[in-house]
This record gives sequence, structure tokens and C-alpha cells, in this order.
Amino acid sequence: MSSVRDWEASNPIKEGRQGVFGKPVDRYEGPLKVTGAAPYAYEVEPPSPAAYGVMIGAEIACGRIVAADIAEAQAQPGVRLVWTHANAPAQAPKGTRKHPRSTSPSRPALEDNRVAYFGQPVAFVVADTLEQAVGASHLVRLSYAEEPQNSDFHASLAEAVDPPGEEDVEIGDFDAGLAASAVKLDETWTTPIQNHVQMEPCATTAWWDGETCVVHTSVQMVKPAQHGLAETLGIDRDAVRLLTRYIGGGFGGKGQTYDDLTLAALAARELRQPVKVAFTRRQMMHGTIHRPATVQRVRLGADRDGRLNAMSIVTWTHCHRDGQFTEHASNFARSLYAAPNRLTGHRLVKLDLPGAGPMRAPGEASGTLSLECAMDELAEQLGLDPIELRIRNEPEADPETGKPFSMRQLVRCMTEGAQQFGWDRRNPKPGQVRDGRWLVGLGMAAAIRGNFLLPAKCSFSVDVDGIVTVRQGMTDIGTGTYTVLAQIAAETLGVPLEKVRVEIGDSELPPAPGSGGQFGAATAGSAALDAGMNLRKALAELAVNDPASPLHGAAVEAVAFHDGLIAVENRSETLVDLVRRSAPQGLAAEGEIRPAADARNWSQHTYGAHFCEVGVDPVTGETRVRRMLGVFAAGRIVNAKTARSQLTGGMIWGVASAIHEGNAVDARYGSLINQDLAQYMVTVQADLGELDAVMLDEVDDKANPLGIKGVGELGNSGAGAAVANAIYNACGVRVRDYPITPDKLLPGLIRAGF
Amino acid sequence: MRPFTYERAASADEAVKAAAATPGARFIAGGTNLLDLMKLDIERPQHLIDVARLPLGAIEPAGGGLRIGGMATNSQVAADPQVRRRYPVLAQAILSGGSPQLRNKASVAGNLLQRTRCAYFYDTSKPCNKRAPGSGCGALEGLNRNAAILGQSHACIATHPSDMAVALVALEAEVETLTPSGEARRFPLAELHRLPGETPHVETHLIPGELITAVVLPPPPAGGQAYRKARDRASYAGGLASVAVAGARLALGMVAHKPWRATQVEQALAAGATPAEAIGEELKDAATAGRNDFKVTLTARLAMAALAQAEGDAA
Repeated sequence: MSSVRDWEASNPIKEGRQGVFGKPVDRYEGPLKVTGAAPYAYEVEPPSPAAYGVMIGAEIACGRIVAADIAEAQAQPGVRLVWTHANAPAQAPKGTRKHPRSTSPSRPALEDNRVAYFGQPVAFVVADTLEQAVGASHLVRLSYAEEPQNSDFHASLAEAVDPPGEEDVEIGDFDAGLAASAVKLDETWTTPIQNHVQMEPCATTAWWDGETCVVHTSVQMVKPAQHGLAETLGIDRDAVRLLTRYIGGGFGGKGQTYDDLTLAALAARELRQPVKVAFTRRQMMHGTIHRPATVQRVRLGADRDGRLNAMSIVTWTHCHRDGQFTEHASNFARSLYAAPNRLTGHRLVKLDLPGAGPMRAPGEASGTLSLECAMDELAEQLGLDPIELRIRNEPEADPETGKPFSMRQLVRCMTEGAQQFGWDRRNPKPGQVRDGRWLVGLGMAAAIRGNFLLPAKCSFSVDVDGIVTVRQGMTDIGTGTYTVLAQIAAETLGVPLEKVRVEIGDSELPPAPGSGGQFGAATAGSAALDAGMNLRKALAELAVNDPASPLHGAAVEAVAFHDGLIAVENRSETLVDLVRRSAPQGLAAEGEIRPAADARNWSQHTYGAHFCEVGVDPVTGETRVRRMLGVFAAGRIVNAKTARSQLTGGMIWGVASAIHEGNAVDARYGSLINQDLAQYMVTVQADLGELDAVMLDEVDDKANPLGIKGVGELGNSGAGAAVANAIYNACGVRVRDYPITPDKLLPGLIRAGF
Repeated sequence: MRPFTYERAASADEAVKAAAATPGARFIAGGTNLLDLMKLDIERPQHLIDVARLPLGAIEPAGGGLRIGGMATNSQVAADPQVRRRYPVLAQAILSGGSPQLRNKASVAGNLLQRTRCAYFYDTSKPCNKRAPGSGCGALEGLNRNAAILGQSHACIATHPSDMAVALVALEAEVETLTPSGEARRFPLAELHRLPGETPHVETHLIPGELITAVVLPPPPAGGQAYRKARDRASYAGGLASVAVAGARLALGMVAHKPWRATQVEQALAAGATPAEAIGEELKDAATAGRNDFKVTLTARLAMAALAQAEGDAA
């Protein structure tokens, strides 16, 4: 087994001789995307003209379809097929895993007459044109027998139980610790359902090439999607070739596949013609997963000096009646602050709502909205600066496990951020600062998010033109995977970026776990480094063993790669010359990464601190973010530009969580109320003034051979709490029910005399 | 969307003739609202008469005021020097609605005829008397945070979403139309929209097939102007409430089925009441549905702020 000690050795990334690692390198696929030339799944040109499929969602939350009249739809011009559960092709029953190593079981579409959630795809129309299919879809008549449903989370808290296989984690004696504390806080926060609302909806273009099903789909993880489809269709896994070259946002919502994939593949088989299927924006709201709502009770007990004696966060949340997902909004707190007496846990309610699932910074995004505001409230009770309170509770080792931190620069994030942001200008007394009609306030919050490394493989090759090609079954969901893999290749093989090609998003490429949990760059990149090192070794051996090479006879270990050259001291030749002469077919090497056996001996996270200045209009309760700064410590930064984009994107999401975003449930129908981007509020440019993210110098050798960590989710953690704390500082009103919209802020403003 | 036929009208006369002759016909200009609603199967026209390219886009002086062609885009109106100088409340209102892309596309006539943003109107699986007469009102006991507080009925508590129309009502604009029989009409804009009553699906007093050809502004009233809107985010968001002030006239937006001329405020102010008292007079008849209680307070506060702003504008 490997050990983190194996990662301490130097490597080309650490040496950085090519000078591309860490730099703000432009996106590899940027020009393709901004010119519209990058084909997303739905836009892929199939080998022959496609037919167009449209899904129809259930209009009840729970019950059965008792009649399906498809005759009129079928009779429409151009309509090629109309399916409901009554006539859909046979598929493997849900959950089938014929191949024992399938990473995902079958997910049949239109399986039976049961409706388990509002918006569940229950019928499917394919026609020659999209317009014909949509037109015919309105003529499919379904009759339902409704059954009682419960979709009222807040009315069902009493039914909540421990999530399967979980129980509360208590360290010390929380109740006694709280009782003995001089200063106490006991408050409850609520967060709403959030939808992923990726720019690109879930979509698939499918066709059959003989016995092989070729699908281009929008998904974060290649292998589970490939395996799941093969299991559903009852064919060999190799008979599915799944591609996902460009993805317009995932955020966790595309960590699984949906019926667009299954139905496109089935219809393409039935019609012997390519078929395209996409979710509509409205269908995305119900038909794909969401971040579930939470109720979070936070209790803190501290001594008069601000040292926490007791800390508890307990989260109530929900998932679908048939589901297992738990929004672990309490977990992050286990590693954040020192306190001898601690209690964390979760309660789960099963509801007849669509499926709950992971969304960017699952757990942290919701959980920091309570605890990081509770810390702000506690600081005020104690008369302490919120940063000072956090510093006083900075643990020396992981406060639950006692394990050492691999690297923890939370305090530095806070203190450097305070300096850069001008935190000393904050008036601790709320409601004191005016700028025209706006009340102005400052707030801060800490950020934490776990760091992960998963197994992955990768291959590198070099051809006679000196082009290095990286191949990996990895995905780029807009995060920058293409670019960082290109940087790793350039740095490892010592070639300019223009000489690197990256091929990802294909089930035929060496497997990687895909994008999620901010493990992507570290996981894919570490495998890439290994492949690159193996290719270096192969090239070096080629050179030193080739009498025609100036490097002939040198030691393999002495060979260096830089600027397109392969060199030993002052002897060198170009990679192109070497490959042309000694490996005219090109040369390839494989590589892989596995988590180190001893990595779990360390508590490993990424950290940050958010600073926010808001304006609150005391007349209306409207909030605008005037300035926001995040300072982050997340290992060595691969690409200053894409990392910054990731972090600021997460911060903007935090702003949305604080003041804009959420979907309400009409419990009478078991459906969500906001079904488009006009009604489902995400933060827009006009809501934000200055926004910046700063990354501290850091290398975490315990993380992976690159010393890098994830940033995709860190920016979202804590950002919303900084906004909420700034709102309080601006106007003296605490709203603990997110998002903090004008209607919720107004009563407090009026009470405060504004 | 469902299949439909399409024609591009060569003249306003031909457009209304075609509308009269074709069952299920609708005019289309910018299409920023109608096309969305067609895609969602809420609007189901069988025939579209494209009036966007008719020569009805001019913005020109008329009788001491301004005539704004019905096909002028929202962006053109907001950017017009005359509008900006003499009717700033109108420019402010337009710029606080939609997004730049929508304003570039949307026409003045279409803006007036845009339909409510009530979520139950948009969700075809839910009851809505406006979309499906007789089916009931899903919002009445539902998620009605942004529902009407004035002039609503038990059949409908939807609001009219236009910002522009609120300013136009405060400016006492008139609309010019062409009836299906080719006759020109002119009447106060305040009389264009209806309250929901028992027939919320009938939203205006236009004759079916009648085309709005222009909006006519009288000379601006003496005094300041101001438009204030409260909304959930800073751009591309319908209002929670809005207030337009033009001299001694005041109109409220997003609080009723139509842009609401606040005549009681105007009368009370004229009689010497304080702004707070005057607004209280208008809002004493407000009725709420539970989640939209805050809109009464919000409207009052916004109105006072807008009056103060207009006073500053006049000074």
C-alpha cells in the first residue's frame, strides 16, 4: 500500500520548471465554449438525422396511473412513438446489478404505473422535430388515482428518525457542559430546498452503432452512468459507449443519470435512428434531485473569555420516501472549533417530494448558515470580535478525533482577510453606518470543507510531432479539468501548453471518478502526474539506450525535461527528434493514483474566511452585497484563474443562499412553486459589487503527490453566513430563516425603528 | 408548443383585419411573454400576426406631450432623450423591469399586455381561473407571497407585473388603438386593464383583435417624479411592490390586477394629509391572503420614500 510519505519526494510539479503550474492559465476549451463550438450533449451531431424525444411529467405527487390515452398524440404528424409504462420496452427491474462490479444499478424509465413524486417522467413522445414532439406531448392524456401524500417538511419534524446506520456523536457530556457554561446560545435556523439550476439541463443524444449504444450525455461521473445504462438495457457494459465532453454545470445534480439517458437509448434502438432528449427547465426542478431543506438547532456554551465549553448542532432534513440521502449539515462542525463537550447529529424525514441529493458543498453549505451565525451572535454576547472568538476556539488537533491536522491555516485566512478587507472599520454596534439610503454593515464567517482523494487512472502519449495527449475518463463540469490536466502534462513532460491535447469524458478512456466533492483536480491530476512520470521514464530509457541520441549512456535518473527538450546536463535533443527516430509510432504510458493507506491518520480539510459588506435598504428590507472577499487555504493552487472562478462562484452561491435562493413547497400538491429562472432567484451581477478570492500559499503533502486540494466547494461554505452576519451588523436584525428576503427583514427593521 | 400559423402584417389595418378574420389569432411583437407562455402550453394561439415591423415605433412630440408608438421597444423608450428629460419616472420604471435583453425585444404595447407572473398561472397542473376559467384559484390558499392586496376577488389574486404601466398611469397616459373594424380609438390607459372580478381571464377592455398602436403622454405634470420598486434581487425580478410618483399623482404596481392609480392618496394629500396618512387612506381597503401581509407595509413605506424622492427631484 502507498503511504503519504511516498508523496513527499520532489516531482516536476513541485519543481515547476516549465512555469505553468499555479499560473492563471486560460481555459483549454474556453475559445470553443465562447464561440459556441463546443458541442454539449444535446448538440452533438449524430451520424444520421436525429428524432426528438420529449418527456411528460406526472401531475400528482403520489398514486397510480389508471389510464393512459395516447391515441391522439400518436396520430399527430411526425410522431414516431409514444410510450407510457403500458407500452415501454422491457428493461431490467430497478436496482438490478447483473455485473457484480457495476458502479451503478439499473434505472428503468416508465417502469410501472406508480407515481412516486410530482414531475416524475411518466410518458415519452418522439417525433421528427422537437416542435412536433412537444405539440403531441400536450395530447397525451393520463388519468391518475391519487393517494395521500406528505410533502410538508416543517409539519413532519416529529416523525424524524436517525438516518439509517447513524447515531448522534457525543464527546464529553454536552448537557452538563452547556449547563455549566456562563454564556449560552440556543437558536434554530432553517434553510429551504435549493435546485441546482445548471445552465445546461440534463440531456442526451443517443444512437446505436451495431450492438453498441453510443450516448452523449451530461453527467459528472462517467463509469456509473455507463454501467447504469448497460444494466438498464440488459447489455454488456462494453456495449455502452458513454461520452460527456462538455458539461454546462453539474453541482452534484448530475452525479447521477436520469430518464433522458435511458429513454434516448431505448428510443434510438426502437427507431434505429439517433434520438435527442433534454429536460426542460421546468422539468429540471422536479425531475432531478435538489438540496433538501433543513432545520438546524445550534447550542453553544462558553465561558466569559469566549472559550467554548459545549457545542451542538443537530440537523433535521428530508429525503424521498424511497431514498436514503441525508444532508449532513452538522458534520463539518466536528472539525471546526475546540469544545470539550460536543453533540452533533441528524434527523431524517421521509417525504413524497422529488429526490433529495448532493449539491455543491453538501452539508457545509447549509450547516455553516447556522453555526457561523451562531458564532457571530455569541461573539456579540461576549463583547468579543467574531474573529477573536474563533481564534480563542482554534483547536490544536481535530477536536473530535484528536488526529493532527494535515494543514490548517484557518486563523491566517481570518487575520489576513481582516487586514485586506479593512475589518477594523467594522462598528461592532449594529445599525450605525449609513451611506445614502443604505444601512451598511460588515460580517465574516469561517469556511471549511473536507478534502478527498479517490482511485483514478490516466494515460499519456506523445507522438512524432511532440504532441502530448492526456486521456482520462474524467469530466469537466465547467470547473477547469481540461486546463489543469493540460498544465500537469506540460509541467511533467516539459512541453509548452500548446503541445498538450486533453481527451476526457469518454467511457473508453482510463477510468477516473469524475467531478464531485471537490475531489476532481486532486484525483484526476494525481493519476495524470503518475502517467506523466511513467512516460518520462519510458522516454528517458528510450534516449539513454539509443546510440543515436546525445543522451546515450546517461543515467535515466539524470534525464530532465524542459521546453520541449529531453536533456542531461548540457546534452539534449528535442522530444520530437527522439520520438521520430526511436518511437515513430509514438509512445504511451499509463498511470494511476490510490488513496494512501495512512491518509486517514490526519484530519484533512480546506479552510477559508469570508468577509462581506452589505447595504440594507431600511425602507424595503432589500439587501445588496457591496463588497465580498474570501481568503482560502486549499493546498497548492493549480491554476490561479480557474481556482478563483471556482471560489468566487461558490461565494456567489453563498450570497444567493443568504438572500435570494430557495424553492418553496406547496404541500397540497407535493410540488415546488418556482419552476423557472425568472421565479427561482439566483444572485445576478447587479446584486454584487466587488468580489474577490485570495488563495494563501500552501502545500499539503498529506493530500496527494501534487500537494493540491479541492476548491470547488470551499467557496460555498460559510459565504452565506458572512452575508447574514453583515446584514445584522448593518441593521441590527437577525433573521434565522433563509433566504433573508425583504418580507422577513421588514418586521425587524420596523421594530428597530427604521 | 402547439402548431400555429404565422403571418407578418403589412400594415396596422391589415393586422386588425386578419385578426378579425382568423379565429384564435393573436398579435405578436417582441414575443418575450407570449412565446414563453406558448411553450408552456398556457397560451395556445392558432394563428400569430406579427406586428413587430409595422411602422409604429416612432417616439415623437404630440400636443405638448409625447406619442410613443406601440412597437417602440422598451429600451428605445427608456433611452429617449425626451422621455429621460421630461418623464424620468417612465425611464426609471422601464429600466427597473426585466433584463436588458428583454427590454431590447419587448414592445410598449406588449409590455402593457403582459400577463401575470403568478406561479399558479404558470403551472398547468394547478387550478387557475385566469388560465382555465372555472378551475379555481391555486394561489388563494397557496404560496401567495406576491399576491394582490387591492381590488382582488375570490376568483383571482394575481397582480399585473408591468413596471412601465405603473409610471404611465401616474403620467395619465392614453392609449391609441385600432379596432377590428379599422376604427381608431383613444382612451385613458388607466381604463385599459380590468380588475379580476369573476372573469380574471379577461384582463383588458380591448375588443378581441384590437391593436394598441401608441401610448400618448400629456405634458408632464408640475412637480417631481420618482419610481421606486422593491424586489427580491437587483435585476430581472418582478416587483414585490412599486410606486410611481408624477407631480401630485401616484400609482402603485404589483399590488393589484392592474396598475393602481392611488386616487385616495392624491385626494388626501391635496386635502393636507401627511404622506403616511394619505397612504393609509388608500391601503385601509387592502386585503391580504396570509403570506403577502407584508406587502401592505412595504407599499406604504415605499410610497413615502417615493414621495420624498419626487419632492427632492422637484427641488
